[in-house]
Amino acid sequence: MTTYEPLRLHVPEPSARPGFETNFSYLHLSPAGAVRKPPLNVQPAQTSDLAFSLIRVLDDDAKAVGPWAPAVEPSVLLRGLRTMLKTRIFDARMLMAQRQKKLSFYMQSLGEEAIGSAHALALADGDMCFPTYRQQSLLMARNVPLVELICQLMSNERDPLKGRQLPVMYSVRRAGFFSISGNLATQFIQAVGWAMASAIKNDSKISSAWIGDGATAESDFHTALTFAHVYRAPVILNVVNNQWAISTFQAIAGGEGTTFAARGNGCGIPSLRVDGNDFLAVYAASQWAAARARSNMGPTLIEWVTYRAGPHSTSDDPSKYRPADDWKHFPLGDPIVRLKSHLIQLGVWSESEHEKLQSELEIEISAAQREAESFGTLLDGHIPNADSMFEDVYKVMPPHLRAQLKQVGA
Amino acid sequence: MNMEQQEQAGMKTTPMSMIQALRSAMDVMLERDPNVVVFGQDVGYFGGVFRCTEGLQKKYGTSRVFDAPISEGGIVGAAVGMGAYGLRPVPEIQFADYFYPASDQIVSEAARLRYRSAGEFTAPITIRMPCGGGIYGGQTHSQSPEALFTQVCGLRTVMPSNPYDAKGLLIASIENDDPVIFLEPKRLYNGPFDGHHENPVVPWSKHALGEVPEGYYTVPLESASVYRSGNQLTVLAYGTMVYVCEAAARETGIDAEIIDLRSLWPLDLDTIVASVKKTRRCVVVHEATRTCGFGAELMALVQENCFYHLEAPIERVTGWDTPYPHAQEWTYFPGPARVGAAFQRAVEA
Repeated sequence: MTTYEPLRLHVPEPSARPGFETNFSYLHLSPAGAVRKPPLNVQPAQTSDLAFSLIRVLDDDAKAVGPWAPAVEPSVLLRGLRTMLKTRIFDARMLMAQRQKKLSFYMQSLGEEAIGSAHALALADGDMCFPTYRQQSLLMARNVPLVELICQLMSNERDPLKGRQLPVMYSVRRAGFFSISGNLATQFIQAVGWAMASAIKNDSKISSAWIGDGATAESDFHTALTFAHVYRAPVILNVVNNQWAISTFQAIAGGEGTTFAARGNGCGIPSLRVDGNDFLAVYAASQWAAARARSNMGPTLIEWVTYRAGPHSTSDDPSKYRPADDWKHFPLGDPIVRLKSHLIQLGVWSESEHEKLQSELEIEISAAQREAESFGTLLDGHIPNADSMFEDVYKVMPPHLRAQLKQVGA
Repeated sequence: MNMEQQEQAGMKTTPMSMIQALRSAMDVMLERDPNVVVFGQDVGYFGGVFRCTEGLQKKYGTSRVFDAPISEGGIVGAAVGMGAYGLRPVPEIQFADYFYPASDQIVSEAARLRYRSAGEFTAPITIRMPCGGGIYGGQTHSQSPEALFTQVCGLRTVMPSNPYDAKGLLIASIENDDPVIFLEPKRLYNGPFDGHHENPVVPWSKHALGEVPEGYYTVPLESASVYRSGNQLTVLAYGTMVYVCEAAARETGIDAEIIDLRSLWPLDLDTIVASVKKTRRCVVVHEATRTCGFGAELMALVQENCFYHLEAPIERVTGWDTPYPHAQEWTYFPGPARVGAAFQRAVEA
C-alpha cells in the first residue's frame, strides 16, 4: 500500500523580501527579436508559444531587431518619448503636491509609462479605453489639458467630476478614456460590452480593456475573456503585470509557473506576452491587436511585463514587503532610458535635447499646477458646492433628493 | 378603466397575459429604437424559460436579441459597457435569485456611473428579472430581493402587478436614462393570484387589466395606482400582494384602499400620504422577508409624514425571516388569512 506524506498548503512567496535581492529568473525572458510574429488571422491554439515567451524589439544595444520591429517614423517615437517623460514629471509633481496636502491621494505610474504611451498610438479617435488607475500615460498621449487633470486631482471648484471621485479616477470621454471605477476588474467586461455594441452597430471603433495582474483573479476578468471570445468582440484585453498588487506578489494572483497571457489561450483568444518597458514592442503588439480587432478577427489578450517602480499609492510603503532597490535590478530596465538610447542611436536625439525637453515639460507642468491651484485645492476648501452632491444620482432629481438637498441648506 | 387607459382609449387592445405584455413591450421598443438590444440566458433562439422573448430573435436578428453565457456579472457588466457606448440594453436575469453575482456591476457600476463621471457616461439599462414565489421554486427560484435594490442610490426599482402596467412600465423603463431593476412577479405571469393556491389559475383574459393596447404607450415611473378605493384603511402593496390584499378585503368585508406602488423607488409618496391621511390607518404588505424589508421603509415614511393622522399602529405583513422553503411554501407565503387578520387589527385598534 502506498503511503503519502501529510498534505500541505502551498502559499507562493516572492524570491526575496526586504534586505535580500530578488531573483528575476522567474520572468523567463526571451532575447530581443527572438519571438516570431504570426499572421493576423492566427488560430488561438497556435499562439501558445507566444503566451510563454516575451516579445522584445529593443536589444541591449538599443537597436530595434526581429520580426516585431515596427516600421515607424522617428517623429512618432519622439512623440512617444515626450509622452512618457511628461507622464513621469507630472507624477513626480503631483506626488509632491499630495505631500503638501493639496490633494488627498495620488497614484504614480513610475516605470510603466511606455505601455499607455505606445498603446495610444495604435488607437484611433473614437476608440474607447477602459483603464485602471495607472494608465495616465493614455491621457498624456491624447494631450488632455493638464489643468483639467489637476483640478480633478485637487477636487477644486473646476473639478470636472464635481469632487465626487478620488484623485486619479478620471473620466475623459472625448479622449476615449472611460470613467475609472475604483472597484477592480469591473471595467474589463464593460470594455467587452462596449466593443460588442460597436459590432452590433456595424461601427468601426474598438475598445481597449485594462487590468492589473492582481485583479485578474476577479471573476470579471474571466467573464470578459469568455464574452470577448464568444462574440468575437473587437477589443484588446491588456493585462499590466507590474509584479505587485499593493503588497501581494503576482504569484498570489496565479502567475507562478505560468503567465497571465496563457489565460487567453485557454479561452480561445490569441495571446501575446510582451516587454512592457520596450516602447517599440508595445507599439508593435498594440498595432497587431488593433488590426485584428478592426478586421473582425476578435479579441487579443496582451500581458505587458513591467515593474511597479513606486508604491501602490501615496498610502503605501513598499519597503515593508519587497527589496527597496528592486527596480534597479529589474531586467527590463527603464522604458524612458531605453527609448532615449534608441533615438540617440538613430541620430535623431541627444542628451542635451533630452535635458531641454525635460526642463520644458517641468515648466509646462508647474504652470498648469499654478493655474489649477488658482481654482482651489482640497487644502484651502475651494471645493465644489454641496448642491452638486445631489446632482447626477438620477438624470432628473427625484423628490426625496430634493428634500434632502433642502435639509443640507446649501 | 384607469387614467392611463383612458388616455390610450383610441388604441386597439388585445387580451394579453403578463408574458405576452412584456414581450409586446420589448417588441415595440426593438421596433422603435435601433439602440435597444435584448439578451440573457436562453432568451435568444428559445425565447426565455418563461417565453417572454419568444419570436423576438427571429424578428430582429441575432445581433439585437441573443443568448448570453451563464454569467450574471458578465451579462450586466456587458450591458453597462453597451450603455456607455450608447445602446439601451434590456438584459434578462433568468431568476431574481440569480442576480447576486451581478451585484458589483449593478451597485458599484450601473447605479453610480452617471454620478462618478458627472454625467459623461450613463447606464440606461433595464434589467428584467422574475421574482417571487408560489410556484414551488424552493429557496433559489422564489426570492423577492427588491429591498437590496431600493437601498442603492441611483437605481430605479419597478414591479408591475398586471399586464397593462407591465407593458407600459417596461416601455417607460427602457426609455428612462437611469438604470432600472424591473422585477416581474412570476406568479402573476399567467393570471392574477389572490393567494388561494388551491383554486385554478384565472387567466388574465378574464381581468380588465389583461386588456392591453397593441402599440406604444407608457405607464409613468414614480407613479402609484389606487387599485381599489376604500375608506377604512390604506394598504401599501405591490406585485402579487395586490391581489392577496384584494381577497383579504373581500373576505373580511373591510373597505380597504389598496395602493399598488408599481415604482418602489423612487416612489410616489404623495399618493401614499394622501390616502393614509384620508383613512388614518395603514397596513404594509410584501412577500419578501420582514427584517429590513422594503416594508420597513414604507412604515418609516408613513410615520414621518402621517403620524398625527394615524389612529392605529401601522401593521406589517410579510414573508417570514427564513429562506423560501419548498414544501412549506404556503406557510411562508403571506396569504389572505394573514393579511386579513392584520386588516382586522388595524381597524379594531
